[in-house]
Amino acid sequence: MTMLDTDANRETAPDKTTYKILVVDDEPDLEPLMLQRMRRSIRSGRYTFVFANNGVQALERLNEEDDIDMVLSDINMPQMDGLTLLEQIPKVDPNIRSVIISAYGDMKNIRTAMNRGAFDFVTKPVDFEDLKLTIDRTLRHLTEWREALASRDQLVTLQNELDVANKMQISILPTHFPETDGYQVFASMEPARNVGGDFYDIISLENERVGLAIADVSDKGVPAALFMMSSRTWLKGSAIGLDNPGEVLKEVNNLLHEENEQTMFVTLFYAIYDPGSGDLTYANGGHNPPLLVKQDGSSELLSPVTGIALGVAPDMDFGQNNISLAPGESVIFYTDGVTEAMNSDQEEFGLERLQEVFAAQPPHDSREATQAIFEAVHAFAGDHPQSDDITCLVLRRH
Amino acid sequence: MEISSDRENGALLLKTEGRVDGSTAALFQDGIKSSITTDDDKVILDLENLDYISSAGLRIILLIAKDLKQQNSQFAICSLSDSVMEIFTMSGFNQIIKIHDSPAAALAAMS
Repeated sequence: MTMLDTDANRETAPDKTTYKILVVDDEPDLEPLMLQRMRRSIRSGRYTFVFANNGVQALERLNEEDDIDMVLSDINMPQMDGLTLLEQIPKVDPNIRSVIISAYGDMKNIRTAMNRGAFDFVTKPVDFEDLKLTIDRTLRHLTEWREALASRDQLVTLQNELDVANKMQISILPTHFPETDGYQVFASMEPARNVGGDFYDIISLENERVGLAIADVSDKGVPAALFMMSSRTWLKGSAIGLDNPGEVLKEVNNLLHEENEQTMFVTLFYAIYDPGSGDLTYANGGHNPPLLVKQDGSSELLSPVTGIALGVAPDMDFGQNNISLAPGESVIFYTDGVTEAMNSDQEEFGLERLQEVFAAQPPHDSREATQAIFEAVHAFAGDHPQSDDITCLVLRRH
Repeated sequence: MEISSDRENGALLLKTEGRVDGSTAALFQDGIKSSITTDDDKVILDLENLDYISSAGLRIILLIAKDLKQQNSQFAICSLSDSVMEIFTMSGFNQIIKIHDSPAAALAAMS
């Protein structure tokens, strides 16, 4: 009883209004018999049947009518038999499902049919109850298959969107790095496959000074990439107009907050380097504090200043601080993609390993220092997949 | 990543555990959102068993705080581990989200 109820429910399941089934058999009796035995399903609008007498006719119909979902075919027929037809069907439409009707116990032909892609088989004399169950099961499979195809298409769309976002992200990164007798800057980003919103910027300011920024947007995809573009544009504008990193972040924060419908935010560390004095003045919008590496390879984080990730709340204040770089000292700006890179034991790379990179050999070239960080992270992470962008920027006073 | 909820002394207490990062943020958001009703005027999120939260997770907490503010409900988080507290401090989120040592302390601070 339960089974019958279940089947009755399935029959009325609104997965698709009507399925069209092509029946291929050279026996003239089958058509009226089929229409008679399946009349309830036909009347309810679940199935419609069309008929062909052999494989050649069947192919003609399949080519003429593009809405046939399923083929139910006999094996032994004149002109073109069912096994040959099975080979031809996928060329017309690979998503059509086929069920064959074979003589009872004809395992050889049944095996051949299954190997040629038949979904199922029924045996002669046809038990119409069994046939109905087989048809329903085939159509259910077909519906699930189509849903899976639809999800796959959605996934491809999503992937395209992420590709666009990645292109936007890479397009805003500066490709020219300042290098003078007095100092050198280099930066690099390794994007994660799906997540990530890191960026950095290097902004030329008055009196030979340079603005240095490293940032991480909270989300992924196109909206996050657009937020990243805004962050970078506002930052450039504010950095050129204002002399104080704290004031710059305050202004960028308010601008981002105004248009922030989706509650995104960006952590952003911003510093102004004055090559004349070696002074680095900085403010921090909720980002990992950079590391100061001294001539002897020892290192420490820059003293913390108050600040919050940008875009979250309006009218926030940002403290600022100032250090003086001695010749041979470097500042390593980085994102959490560096310190939170994982290995297969679920350990994080961490700040200490970052410090170790330069403990024995303090940076003497910003580009090499950046490479050394990436190499250390890669060696640590091994085969473990990268889950976030990895970004660092190195400033060195010569 | 799992979320359990409990109503005690007129407050909704939500507990979460595991990691909240880019891959679990949506689950975290759905779990919390589906637990909160418009009748909940005091909501406490207990993060004692949270191992890690990424910026995607911080964003969800921010969204929840915003939603609750809109329905005039009070919201606080509590029982943060040192490493999770560090994430809140570094991002500056400790300035805009109320953080307490325990659910009792969070409840006591709510009017």
